[in-house]
Amino acid sequence: MRDVTERSAEILAVEGVSVSLGGREVLHDVKFHFGAGEFIGLIGSNGAGKTTLLRVILGLVEPTAGRVLLGGKPRSRRNPLVGYVPQQIGLDPDMPIRARDLVGMGLDGHRFGIPLPSARRTALIDEMLDAVDALRFADSRVGSLSGGEQQRVMIAHALISRPRLLLLDEPLANLDIRSEQEVVTLVAGIARQQGVAVLISAHDMNPLLPVMDHVVYVAAGRVASGPTDEVVTTEALSRLYGHRVDVIHVNGRVLVVAGRENEGLHGDGHDLDQFATGA
Amino acid sequence: MFSSFMLNTWEAATIVAIVAGVVGFFTVLRGAAFAAHALPVGAFAGAAAATLVGVSTLLGFGAFSLLGALTISALGRRARSDVATALAVVMMLGLGSLFLSLTSEYAQQVYSLLFGQVLGVSTNELLPTAVLAAVCVLGVAVLYRPLLWSSVAPAASEARGVSAARMELAFLLVVAVATTMAVPVVGTLLVFTLLISPAAAARSFSANPMVAMALSVLLALATVWSSIALSYETNLPVGFFVGSIGAATYAMSRLWVAARGRRRVPAPARPAAVAG
Amino acid sequence: MTLTSLGSWFFEPGFFSNSPVRVALTIGAIAAVVSGVVGVFTVMRGQSFAGHSLADIGTAGGSAAFLVGANPLYGFVAMNLLAAGAMELLGVRRPRGRDVATGIVLGASLGLAALFLYWDTTSTSTTGATVNVLFGSIFTLPASMVPVVAGFSVAALALIAVLYRPLLLSSLSSDLAAARGVPVGLVGLGFLVALALAVSLCAITIGAILSTALLVGPAAIALRLTRRTGVAILVACAIGVGATWVGIVLAYDSYAWTTSHTAWPVSFFVVTLIFVSYVAVDLATGRRSRRPRLSASR
Repeated sequence: MRDVTERSAEILAVEGVSVSLGGREVLHDVKFHFGAGEFIGLIGSNGAGKTTLLRVILGLVEPTAGRVLLGGKPRSRRNPLVGYVPQQIGLDPDMPIRARDLVGMGLDGHRFGIPLPSARRTALIDEMLDAVDALRFADSRVGSLSGGEQQRVMIAHALISRPRLLLLDEPLANLDIRSEQEVVTLVAGIARQQGVAVLISAHDMNPLLPVMDHVVYVAAGRVASGPTDEVVTTEALSRLYGHRVDVIHVNGRVLVVAGRENEGLHGDGHDLDQFATGA
Repeated sequence: MFSSFMLNTWEAATIVAIVAGVVGFFTVLRGAAFAAHALPVGAFAGAAAATLVGVSTLLGFGAFSLLGALTISALGRRARSDVATALAVVMMLGLGSLFLSLTSEYAQQVYSLLFGQVLGVSTNELLPTAVLAAVCVLGVAVLYRPLLWSSVAPAASEARGVSAARMELAFLLVVAVATTMAVPVVGTLLVFTLLISPAAAARSFSANPMVAMALSVLLALATVWSSIALSYETNLPVGFFVGSIGAATYAMSRLWVAARGRRRVPAPARPAAVAG
Repeated sequence: MTLTSLGSWFFEPGFFSNSPVRVALTIGAIAAVVSGVVGVFTVMRGQSFAGHSLADIGTAGGSAAFLVGANPLYGFVAMNLLAAGAMELLGVRRPRGRDVATGIVLGASLGLAALFLYWDTTSTSTTGATVNVLFGSIFTLPASMVPVVAGFSVAALALIAVLYRPLLLSSLSSDLAAARGVPVGLVGLGFLVALALAVSLCAITIGAILSTALLVGPAAIALRLTRRTGVAILVACAIGVGATWVGIVLAYDSYAWTTSHTAWPVSFFVVTLIFVSYVAVDLATGRRSRRPRLSASR
């Protein structure tokens, strides 16, 4: 029986999770955990296994080994503790759904019946929209909003049910630098306010450096986790990748580049040029 | 046309329109064109079989629609893109034509099942139809929130415990019931139009989902009532009017959108240069 | 069993000497060959739904032709060519089944067909227009239609023959083809014309609303069995002709199956045969890659 402080402090624990899909091992023996209110970056290039890991945490994929604990309890189907902002939002421009309707679904979409109009419900929705600076288009069709605006609405939709953990899948992928910073600042701000732990997946960790407490670095299905300056080092990442990579610091930014040709092993199937991340 | 013997027809038409408006809203939202086309065709085969055997056609419609819904649900995503399912749908039509060819009124039956008829619902079928409609509308009311959420944000809602697969099955069953009611009046080949046009037109007029659904019902009522009235006056088939009025309604909604110009929210100006 | 007794078991008496049957066999074979050729390209180019759309829109044309006393084939061809042209003009060469606008246009066409068929049954002396147009009535085709059918099929096949290489290339990748100087737009339009003709021929063989089965079915089966385009075309034609001929034989025989002497519809047999064959081949080959991969080799 875990003691109370340990249980409430540890919001997510991934214990020895391995996942095989289509005969191929996509994730191997992944372990990490973090506590309430922490901000974690899930960093890795495309194909490294980030999305699969997220899907395991969400309960959409069953691990072939290991388990996931949310708030100290094993992951169950309906988990109000988790809010999720998926990568592809894909909203039809003609859809008759307003921003406030979408956020409202995050509040009570799982309950049967028709939403009865109530001042309290409207106030809650307005408050949440205001927190993500989306109040001015609350009554606009979601499909007609820009990508960044839709994302903010989705964040509000995920947070309105007061989850303990917020998962965002590659939210920065198609944004310009200024918008990247806006989203990161926004999410970090609200998370701190509400005491929500945040797990953001990205292939470039630089926009997250100012707010990240820990990093979970994924490469070829394996994971190294811990404080950023312990994990993102030449030694640690080379060990993770299984061949030489260099971590270079430039003007407060971090670059991870593949090592020289004749050093270490190649052949784990990745295009080495992909490993050069950073601005 | 408002004589007592037409009362039946007006009542049936009203019921059908309400259900079509409500179910059509979700059909358009979910882009469920395949189900809206395939289930009526299944119903056609069922009705043909029922006619041949001598049972109530409503039973035939219902049984085959239900079976179709369960099959599509079981096949999952494959159902929409597989050649096999497209061929299966055509086979249902072929089967229906076979059954009807063995009856004595082949041509006439084919026509009325495919294109509908004004007196499509007989008196003793009115009560079952009304009951089915009530069940259908009640079902949609109960499922409203999770179905809407699952239709709009399938990944996010799944993560919170709303099973997309279960919602899909529930939706298909609702469409099956709507199909069962609508085919006798508007015909197999035009049920699709009745489900799609009012809802598609309605959503251009309002971004509020409840308002859009209400508008969808109103437009469906207008479509069906005028189709019945015109069919009664001119003797021309109901299906023809449903098809044309449906197309006209949709065209008008697109014109309205074009004329008004879609009001976009002005996005905050993006800086041309990188800050810092 | 000797060959003759086997023959008489399969073919009801009078089959080969029956003139409408001979006409049906001829027209059916021609239609099956054209749809085999065009169908393979249709499936490869992902334009199956375009074929389905043309069939639905064509129904209005076929039923209108009846009104003026012409053979539905002319109506189908005229309407389909118009529709193909419109599709080209509006830039919807690949209509998606999910598109609201497409569905509504199809619905309106079917409504129009309902109107024409109603007038057909009430004002003209010919009966059975509905069944004829929608489900086909191949035994009632007059021998005079054979040269017309042949003419349209030669046109369609010639188009495909002329466009063969650029069509193949642009089906694989339209960007690659454009880079190689292929007039992708023109080739696409040419294909749509061939498709319009093929759909019309299928429509008079097994009826407008069943026609997609003959267009897409044998082609889909062939593409499951082979990746080579040339071979796929041959297989598709063989399956199409086979299904059509066996369907005709069974329909003729069915006249004798019941004491009430009602023959079962040819279209029912053809569609069922194609469906069953597809399912059989699908199960036999297992769920391999869904998209048939193309090969430019003959």
